[in-house]
Amino acid sequence: MGDVLAENRIFSTVYTLVNDLVPDGWSWVAYLAAGMSIIMLVVNSLMIMATFYTWVERRLLGRFQSRLGPNRAGPFGLLQPIADLLKLLSKEDILPRSADRIIFNVAPVLMLAATLIVLAVVPFGRGSYIADLNIGILFVVAISGIGTFSIFMAGWASANKYAMFGSMRAIAALVSYEVPMVMSILSVVVLTGSMSMVDIAEGQALPFILVLPMAFMIFMVSISAELNRAPFDIVEAESELISGYNTEYSGMKFGTFFAAEFANVLVASAVIAVLFLQGWRWAVLPSHLWFLLKVGALAFVFIWIRATLPRLRIDQILGFAWKFLLPLSLINLVVAAVEVLSWPEQTALQQFYMALINWPVAIVSIVVFSKIVSKRQPVQPVVRVAVAQEVV
Amino acid sequence: MYGLGLAKGFGVTLKNFIRKPTTVQYPEERNTQHTRFRGQEFAWYQDRCTGCASCAKYCPLGIIQIVTDPDGGYEQEGGSFKVDVFDIDQGRCMYCGLCVEACPYDALYMGSNFEAAQTQRADLVITKEQLTAREKHPSTWFRPQLERNGYNPHTEAADDFHEVGREPFFWHNKRPQSLSEAERKEATAQGEYE
Amino acid sequence: MSLNMQPVTVNIGPHHPSTHGVFRMKVTFDGENIVDVEPVIGYLHRGTEKLAEERNYTQIITLTDRLDYVASMTNNQAYVLSCEKLVGLDVPDRGMYLRVIAAELQRVASHLIGIGFFLQDLGAFGTPLMYCFRERERILDLFEMLCGARITVSYMRIGGVFQDAPVDFWPALSRFMGDIPSYIDELDALISTNEIVLARTKGVSPLTGEQCINASITGPILRASGVEWDLRKAAPYDVYDRVAFDVVTLPEGDNYARYAVRLAEMRQSLRIIEQCVEQIEPGPVRATTNMLFRPPAGEAYVPIEAPKGELGFYIVSDGTVSPYRCKIRGPSFVNLTLLKEMMVGYKLADGIVSLGSLDFNVGEVDR
Repeated sequence: MGDVLAENRIFSTVYTLVNDLVPDGWSWVAYLAAGMSIIMLVVNSLMIMATFYTWVERRLLGRFQSRLGPNRAGPFGLLQPIADLLKLLSKEDILPRSADRIIFNVAPVLMLAATLIVLAVVPFGRGSYIADLNIGILFVVAISGIGTFSIFMAGWASANKYAMFGSMRAIAALVSYEVPMVMSILSVVVLTGSMSMVDIAEGQALPFILVLPMAFMIFMVSISAELNRAPFDIVEAESELISGYNTEYSGMKFGTFFAAEFANVLVASAVIAVLFLQGWRWAVLPSHLWFLLKVGALAFVFIWIRATLPRLRIDQILGFAWKFLLPLSLINLVVAAVEVLSWPEQTALQQFYMALINWPVAIVSIVVFSKIVSKRQPVQPVVRVAVAQEVV
Repeated sequence: MYGLGLAKGFGVTLKNFIRKPTTVQYPEERNTQHTRFRGQEFAWYQDRCTGCASCAKYCPLGIIQIVTDPDGGYEQEGGSFKVDVFDIDQGRCMYCGLCVEACPYDALYMGSNFEAAQTQRADLVITKEQLTAREKHPSTWFRPQLERNGYNPHTEAADDFHEVGREPFFWHNKRPQSLSEAERKEATAQGEYE
Repeated sequence: MSLNMQPVTVNIGPHHPSTHGVFRMKVTFDGENIVDVEPVIGYLHRGTEKLAEERNYTQIITLTDRLDYVASMTNNQAYVLSCEKLVGLDVPDRGMYLRVIAAELQRVASHLIGIGFFLQDLGAFGTPLMYCFRERERILDLFEMLCGARITVSYMRIGGVFQDAPVDFWPALSRFMGDIPSYIDELDALISTNEIVLARTKGVSPLTGEQCINASITGPILRASGVEWDLRKAAPYDVYDRVAFDVVTLPEGDNYARYAVRLAEMRQSLRIIEQCVEQIEPGPVRATTNMLFRPPAGEAYVPIEAPKGELGFYIVSDGTVSPYRCKIRGPSFVNLTLLKEMMVGYKLADGIVSLGSLDFNVGEVDR
């Protein structure tokens, strides 16, 4: 039994239980069983939460729009996700003839896997995590890159011109937003001095949303773009002609993409809670409950943003990332680094001083960069192209 | 500018989030219609109908079918026909109310129902027997005498034609608009109008 | 490796969530930029003008309801004005005031739909649309009080309106007038200064005033291109010469200007309704005509300012109970003339939004 999970009660209980049942030399079975039980617990709770997140989203969107959401399937409409699931399961599973079979089938699974693996490093409560990697946050960023990769696989394997255009646009947006996201994570890492998620959660004497407001704003915007949520949901827009990477998917494969998207929102909320909201910490309530409350609040904010803002165009999305968010995140990083040099011990008072500096810096740089970016707004190019006589 | 417009937008959605939603959960809760609502299930008072078929002639879709028998029938207002068939095809009716406007004797009124759906198209044609047998909820559309009495078709029925009263026919010379209040009272007292 | 891109022609519609009705466009793209647009109409043609030749004048009013089905009152008004001009009929004052109140309420309702669907095309996930529909429901309830139906109203008749407003209409109207300005301000706060809306609609698909006049475009689109032309002021009908209101114009002519003109026009409509409620006097609402309206031979055309532009019925009568010819000048049909100039050179996302900013209605386009 490795000592990574030695102090975990569930693991040790199951391990000792199975170890007593199997003959000697077969304790790897016990290890496997114990590991699987933890994985089942975490993965199942995430997937159940993801399906009920769809219900929560539809009800909350309804309330924002002054109407009720679905409330007929079961009490309060709670069986609506089950109804959706049954509908998706009963649809025909289409495979386009010229599609690349293996990649077509692997893409949704890969997206879901990328979402789930991130949970390995997130601390859910006091001392409650699967693995305390000392490169925790780097691991998170790397795995979400695999999610990006699966979108491209889906578009490529569909053998559909429009799906590929849509997925290439999505890739461009996703890759552009990785850079400001990583920069703002770096400022958090610089402050806590460690990349491990557990250390980040514990190293926040004041929640970093107060200390690093600009990093929080940049991270929220970047993660909205990574999750393909409004206002960056160009990929799944209905009023667009190009339907995006999941055009050719039907039935449960589409359901997997759908579920992976919503699970991704919850996992991203968990990561933000750890990075900026002190993770599971505070007094009075048990730590797991605090964590869930914070994740819930962030999920609410994501729905609120979706209900309010219209969509941006793809060139505006890319321009926003490179021209606005990137300089801001660089400024943020430099300021954070200078502050850490001046106040190396991270006590609450020192972090308060940092907050006092960071807020005016944030406001001033946002104002300045808004002015710069809006002045340089390019005039719409009016291209007069001679139409070819025969068009395809 | 600078994100303030976005912040105002967030404030508006939050305000609406806290407000009570405006959904009316049909069929448990219903909206109330006005008394003038032009609905299904026409109210036809056979005792007043003379079989003149003005309603059938005025209907833009031609969905009213009237077959009369000139030989028998009750006398009213200078002669009338015995109405054998009085069918209204509700499947093609657009509830414009021109038939009600055309009736000189206030015999036809719009109904107040909107839930009279049937499963067979042929069942949508309402016959004379159905019209006479059914409870009548005449809408106050183009029947100002009902509105003056404060009648609400959604709460009570009006099965007797004496209850619904009668207004002078709009296109006659002695229209209510051209009579003063005193003149109209005089005309009513002398039995010219009911 | 260079991708070999050719312009490709794609069909948008007639079934599509963002063409406002059954409307088809053949769009040719080069990558993301639109290179050519060809609108194809006729999917909602119902033969209104031919049917009108076989019905008498009052029955045609029920046909006119269904032209621009989101703004039925103004359709009725345009038609009965032309019929009254055929015989030179004078409408009593109260009838005219009720007509104007109904028409301005209808203008607010139509612009609410225009704005709501404009934002739906922008991708605002239906929140402004729901707010607009909530307010429109209140207007439709007021119409139900007036004439028993919400959308296919058939309220106006030749010679006035068909019946006076019921007693409980006036308190309901004043309650509505008290609540609606705050809702319009809420819509304003949600949308007009929203940076994303500004970034996506400012400077997109501009139309100059000269282009609009050359293409006979009227309505909010013309006024958003800087031309101050409103038939309620230029050729007043009913009681528009007795109420004071402003004609809202904006110089830019882009998508944002068209949206802003509609929002401002709603406020002006509320002003007109207030003045009408103050000025209205008791009296008859309908002038003397025969039951079967039989005008002498002649022709008449009285255009009005419908919410979507200039709407007019050109009626040629030959002395019988049905018109000889009833030609409908539908504003949406003419406003679609400049679709190609608006969309070519811009991206597809902007093209869809420009289509939404035109606020056309396929019932009027196809008749």
